[in-house]
Amino acid sequence: SSSEHKLNFKKSKEACLSYIQDALLQKQWKRAAEFLTCYVESLEKDYSREHIGPSEMIWRIGTEILCHHSQSSMKEFNCFMEQMKTLGVKRYLKVCLEHVFHLLCNGQIDEAYQNLSLAESWRFGEQTAIQDKEMKLIQAYRGLLDYYSWFKQKNILLEHSEDGFSDLAVEQEMHGYFRKAAVNLKEIIKIPGVWDIFVKCYVDLLEFYGDHNEARKVLNEYAYNSKFPANPNAHVYLYQFLKRQGESKKSLISALKILHDIVPSHELMIDFNTMLQKSKKRKKRRLGLEVIFAALDYAGWKENAKAWSCLARQVKQIVISEKHLDWIKQEWSSRKDWWPAFHFSRYLAKRNWQENKSLSYEKALVAGILLGKGCKYFKYVSHRGCKAQLERFQMLKKFVNRHNPVYLRISG
Amino acid sequence: RDFNERCAQCSEVNWGLTDGGRFYCRSCHNVTERTREVVNTDFITNSRVQTISKGLRKQEQNDGGTEWYVCEGFQLVLKKQVEALEALGVCPQMKDEILCNFWRRYLQKSKQAYCKRPAGEAVKALSVCESSTDVDSDPERPSLLHLLSLSESEGDLQTDCSFASSVSKVSESTSVYSGSVDGSLYLRKNQKEKLSMTMPMTLSFCYMALLWVREPITLSELLRYVVEGHIPYLNVFQHFPEKMKLCGLDLKIFCVESWPVYEEVFNKMHELAAFLDLPRFPAITESCFLHPDMLCMKYLMEANLPDELHNWTCRVVKKIGIGEVDFLTLTPGNKSTRKVKYDVLAAAVIVVVLKLLFLLDDHYEWLLSELAEERNKNNTEGGPYFEFKKWYEVVKHSLDVEQKKLDEERAKYLWRCEKPLFYSAKNKSKVLKRRQMVVNLQNQFGKLSGSVQRAEKPNPSSFQLSWSEENTDGSCFHGHSLKGILQEKCGLLTAMNPDYWLCTVKLCNEKLCGHLAHYREVEFPQSYHFVLGLFSFLLRIQPSYIHDEVCMIEHKLFNKKLYKKLKYNTVLRK
Repeated sequence: SSSEHKLNFKKSKEACLSYIQDALLQKQWKRAAEFLTCYVESLEKDYSREHIGPSEMIWRIGTEILCHHSQSSMKEFNCFMEQMKTLGVKRYLKVCLEHVFHLLCNGQIDEAYQNLSLAESWRFGEQTAIQDKEMKLIQAYRGLLDYYSWFKQKNILLEHSEDGFSDLAVEQEMHGYFRKAAVNLKEIIKIPGVWDIFVKCYVDLLEFYGDHNEARKVLNEYAYNSKFPANPNAHVYLYQFLKRQGESKKSLISALKILHDIVPSHELMIDFNTMLQKSKKRKKRRLGLEVIFAALDYAGWKENAKAWSCLARQVKQIVISEKHLDWIKQEWSSRKDWWPAFHFSRYLAKRNWQENKSLSYEKALVAGILLGKGCKYFKYVSHRGCKAQLERFQMLKKFVNRHNPVYLRISG
Repeated sequence: RDFNERCAQCSEVNWGLTDGGRFYCRSCHNVTERTREVVNTDFITNSRVQTISKGLRKQEQNDGGTEWYVCEGFQLVLKKQVEALEALGVCPQMKDEILCNFWRRYLQKSKQAYCKRPAGEAVKALSVCESSTDVDSDPERPSLLHLLSLSESEGDLQTDCSFASSVSKVSESTSVYSGSVDGSLYLRKNQKEKLSMTMPMTLSFCYMALLWVREPITLSELLRYVVEGHIPYLNVFQHFPEKMKLCGLDLKIFCVESWPVYEEVFNKMHELAAFLDLPRFPAITESCFLHPDMLCMKYLMEANLPDELHNWTCRVVKKIGIGEVDFLTLTPGNKSTRKVKYDVLAAAVIVVVLKLLFLLDDHYEWLLSELAEERNKNNTEGGPYFEFKKWYEVVKHSLDVEQKKLDEERAKYLWRCEKPLFYSAKNKSKVLKRRQMVVNLQNQFGKLSGSVQRAEKPNPSSFQLSWSEENTDGSCFHGHSLKGILQEKCGLLTAMNPDYWLCTVKLCNEKLCGHLAHYREVEFPQSYHFVLGLFSFLLRIQPSYIHDEVCMIEHKLFNKKLYKKLKYNTVLRK
């Protein structure tokens, strides 16, 4: 505080840090640099009891400044990072990793690769064992860059084969990268974690070389091993793989089931519903209805004509067959209080009609069935549609009129 | 006996003495190089005496250093400081006559603590001191040590035994290790008789010398110059000669990592003056800079207050007798008189005068200001009438600006210097590496600081705030008249304010709790707090110290009334 006229080293540096913090928050990079210049002499003092020491502070603050300062360059950044690596042996690999990330973000792939290789060869007594996790990450990212090289080689190879000549050298290189990449990628995905990019790349490699069994194992592990954190993408990757493999609908459906549980608003819900609707099993069709209703609960789906068409198709089919109206009733009971305002307001009717006639058609069908022919949405759209003498709207009107009693039974 | 090392050959501890005075192992007859005198319990004092009396002095140690004693280091520090003061304009006698003599006296007095000395020897020592002329020049000359050797005889057994217990515990570990010969000794706890030197105490020496010569530098100014870097203090060891190696415990003694504290330097100075048995200091009379009348004038100017207030401050000073020579002049060892903080006292007088005229109860001063404003409208005389409100706005603005600058400077303060320090040879390379890294980072980020370069040390200035009468924006209040807030009574101008509130009805016992009163911002009016804050900034001390002096002055001023009206509330009528 200002009335405190005493000052010692520690208080002075604490004050310095708070000025740096203010400057960073206000994006005043020059000012932050100015105060950091004064802070760095903290390195010469022992802070071993503090939770975060000055070397870590300087690393993080310095990185922030160098990222944003207009006069900073990659060269300066690299020079700084090299110094930071020597500062704290306990953080060495972490600093290396972050350095690599920055290089990658700046498109310096080769430098990143060099740094990764260098870091991989680092040994420092018991620290090597302690920093084992970081080491695995480093190896994983190197594997990733090897994959990237493999990918490039693969494309060259394909190009050449199209042109009619084979290129052994390129092929050899490609295989070499594959081996290097596979080894590292395989290791990291054994550890529970979120490794989307590593998994994708690894599976890509396995598929290319025809090892589908391994790929399947990997994906199953990733999706179903409870030690791994719940990850919707795991299921997506598995599903996509199974689809590529031409698996049965049954296995595809089971892959997507969990996805529906975790992320009911996932874009794959349309595929899911489509498959379920066509199923011969009653339970599956029932699930399909549940899935599509659940998806449309989300604001992001409001204008998705495909989703509405799925719902419309299934609702129409149920109404025509006159079987399982109770399914609709069940789904509707928790939604009848808020879906009308959410989806079927007069304002939306107007807007949907103006912007997307197909959307309004599908929605009108659903609205007509669920809310009856007297509902605002249906009336507006069908009126406009008939006026414009569009055939399908005329058909729609007839259909809803014919099945109007259904709505009474549903809303009952 | 006291030699407890294990024999190198047979690992036994069974020693005897050869004729040549060397230790030999009785079990295996291995003769060592260790001689008795080295292992003697009095080894520190005796070895010093012996090496000196033999004229031996290890000139070169393995790292190119020489032996040096802690007090030599301090002597160098003082030398540098007094040279800096000279550069600031202090009279040259301060170095050659005053400070030098104080220091010599200190050396004598402090060495008395651990040696028995017959009276005759003491006299001899003094005469030697007077004849040697180069005590404070090159410390490597044996002249200083010559002095010491003459004043020492066999060590006081009592103290040496306690030395011995600590010495024998000394192993080869670096914990009691120092570049100086007696570094570890210096830091021992029971130094009561000795009053051992510390870095803050060097400033006490300087202040004491300044006071003796009655130089126009107050203690708060001195300390401000130190913080601003005009007087060597922080990192002064970088001026030590190459051969004086600092390491180990020396760091604890000579490294400073906090700004000097007024109270500490002040109290130590008085302790020192008593310790040195100094006589009464040269008289502080009305013409002295340190006299409250003079200091009040300076502070009034710096606070941008009207010159006319000076009449009032002089009246207060006179009324309570704090302008008397006896009150102001320091008599060391006199425990009954309160020690005078000249700068704080003067500031407190001004605060009291402001309270007398403006009351400062967050109400009256603003009313008075409005009145003055009214009067100013019809003011046809020379200068404008002083309006508290205008003054407050101008001064607060400047104060805020300066305070903000000061706060930033505190955050940017650099504590280390190019000469790195290492505790021992073991961590030397680490320290050097770190230093190099710090320099690299400073360069890298210094460039990114843009055009904002670290400003050169500003020239030392006695005034921190300055106001110019030439400014046409009316921001200088020196020439303003107090007539706007005074009334005529019986041909005299008196204050319109009939009231006064005491900061405290009862003073604390300073000796028990360290303060005369306890200042808490929330308990006092904002205007009072502002005024305290202003002087707190100028003097770089806590507002509570000024508050203490204000209480003291008030109690002297209203002495009679206080005794009469102890029962009543704090608002008294003048």
